[in-house]
Amino acid sequence: MSERKYFSPLARGLHWAMALMILAMLFIGVAMVASTGPAYHRLVGLHRPLGIAILALAFLRLVNRVASGAPPLPTTLPQGIRILAGSSQVALYLLMIALPLVGWAMLSAGDYPVSMTSGVTLPPIVSPDPALYASLRGLHTWLALGLFGVILAHITGALVHGLLLRDGVFQAMLWRRPQASTRIE
Amino acid sequence: MSLIRQKATEKGNLGRVGIVIGVPVALAFAFIAAAGWFTPDRLTPATVVRTFDSVDGPHPGFRRNHAKGVCVSGWFEGSGQASPYSSAALFRVERSPVIGRFALAGGQPYQDDAPDKVRSLALRIMPANGGEWRMGVNDIPVFLFRNARDFNSFLIASLPEATTRKPDPARIGAFLAAHPETARALSQIKQRSLSSGFANDAYNSLDTFLFVNAGGQATPVRWTMEPEQPAPAQNSVKTGRDYLFDDLTATLAEHPLRWKLMIVLGQPGDPTADPTVAWPVGRTRIDAGTLVLDKAEGEDGGPCTGITFDPLILPEGITPSDDPIPAARSAVYARSFTARSGETKAPSAINLNSTRSGK
Ligand code: HEM
Ligand code: HEM
Repeated sequence: MSERKYFSPLARGLHWAMALMILAMLFIGVAMVASTGPAYHRLVGLHRPLGIAILALAFLRLVNRVASGAPPLPTTLPQGIRILAGSSQVALYLLMIALPLVGWAMLSAGDYPVSMTSGVTLPPIVSPDPALYASLRGLHTWLALGLFGVILAHITGALVHGLLLRDGVFQAMLWRRPQASTRIE
Repeated sequence: MSLIRQKATEKGNLGRVGIVIGVPVALAFAFIAAAGWFTPDRLTPATVVRTFDSVDGPHPGFRRNHAKGVCVSGWFEGSGQASPYSSAALFRVERSPVIGRFALAGGQPYQDDAPDKVRSLALRIMPANGGEWRMGVNDIPVFLFRNARDFNSFLIASLPEATTRKPDPARIGAFLAAHPETARALSQIKQRSLSSGFANDAYNSLDTFLFVNAGGQATPVRWTMEPEQPAPAQNSVKTGRDYLFDDLTATLAEHPLRWKLMIVLGQPGDPTADPTVAWPVGRTRIDAGTLVLDKAEGEDGGPCTGITFDPLILPEGITPSDDPIPAARSAVYARSFTARSGETKAPSAINLNSTRSGK
């Protein structure tokens, strides 16, 4: 065995946990800003700490990725696809880190307490500035929509690998053996 | 690419192609459903802010409601007497700095002061070690609506007619007929006794919150900011389109103003989810501490402009009740705050260095 076929167990664990968390955050985000009901307050209260948790995990994941790398893509893939796959992963990492940072910064600029749970409040990371708040609030929306777009592309790519190409790329993120997992009934 | 095309058209792969396309498409649909695109009837914060804009006309940079106001600052000193009911640090015997804002209700930033217009006070109390509390309190006995949707519908019913430039009494009448609670609240508001100015006015929470003490026990509460200054200030101005504000700022230039924070403890059965209904008189009231305001500043460059007085910014020891209005306010204030913070604002009516001309 000269080539590693799987991501490290930590990488796989982080991937699936964060995939769930980030998708949940995107849905919570758009649902809460469209609500004037009691759900608004509850969802925002969930959104802030979950977003900060994603930020912390994203740094851990980045360190792990740099330290333990990723299994190489199959050489059968054309150069263009490999560049696309690589740059979409860079975009995912950037957004995963930028989006919660922008969330934290915008609340700081808007002079909102960045509260996690009752009694625990993070310090502001920029000084109060309403114009900056407004810009960052807009940026938070656009980065979130961008992240959702990249995630959709990423899921489509993963499914192409897993269901059509069956080249082990999708399976590198799973636990089961490659042969078994390509079978769908 | 050609490899994918070849695999996709291979016999027996149709189902797989369906999944490859179907999963992201389904996710995208779920996402726009969550965002409310398929439920246009849902009342969003953006809708409410648009309603304010259409009723009051666009006033970029100004608050969408309570648009005419002035910043104030001072401190709050707890008495310790509310501590058995709430673990919030600011109720202990200590001073917390305060940023506040006096305002007139309504979305018109240049409206003229008048005795019976609804006056408000907004406060941000900041204890030294965290546990900030923000509130907005009004000088009326009850709120007019049970929920944000009714408020929004009422605003739409009160849209000025194109021809008369006045609200259509028939449409307002129809709203009141369908909402007896609003009609009842309106008559109670009309009967309230009017104080002569901001300084000797009392301001009410209207909404219900829960105080939670160190033992985890919750008590429904409402509260009133009760003025300690009984009579109007000696140097009252009393004339001019901004007489209420001029009077306030002139008084604050002379001496500080004080209010007592009186907490009203709810009893089982008192309506908590309906701010249109007053609690029975005679409920126990606790003197939770004293608010002292000693400085006024214009909004432009003043300390109350870059914040919103979101009533759900609560310290540990105060939580929302089943009253649906505070959550709606929290959402709509965020929307109003975002909109105005990104706009170029004209100078506010109340500018401490000059008096507006006019009748
Ligand atoms: C991966 C992390 C995050 C994702 C995916 C995310 C996603 C979103 C989305 C989709 C929205 C709705 C935007 C719109 O439609 O305008 C939103 C709004 C918001 N997010 Fe995040 N967010 C993240 C992290 C954070 C963090 C860390 C904070 C704060 C600590 C935060 C605070 C907010 C706030 C305050 C709003 C708007 C509430 C309002 O204006 O009423 N977000 N977010
Ligand atoms: C669903 C009901 C309500 C809606 C939609 C609403 C809407 C608004 C909006 C859009 C603002 C401007 C916020 C900003 O830009 O920072 C505002 C300010 C204010 N509201 Fe409300 N409001 C509601 C109920 C209430 C109630 C029940 C009270 C009082 C108990 C209240 C008291 C205030 C006060 C005092 C301000 C002024 C804050 C300041 O001076 O900055 N509101 N409201």
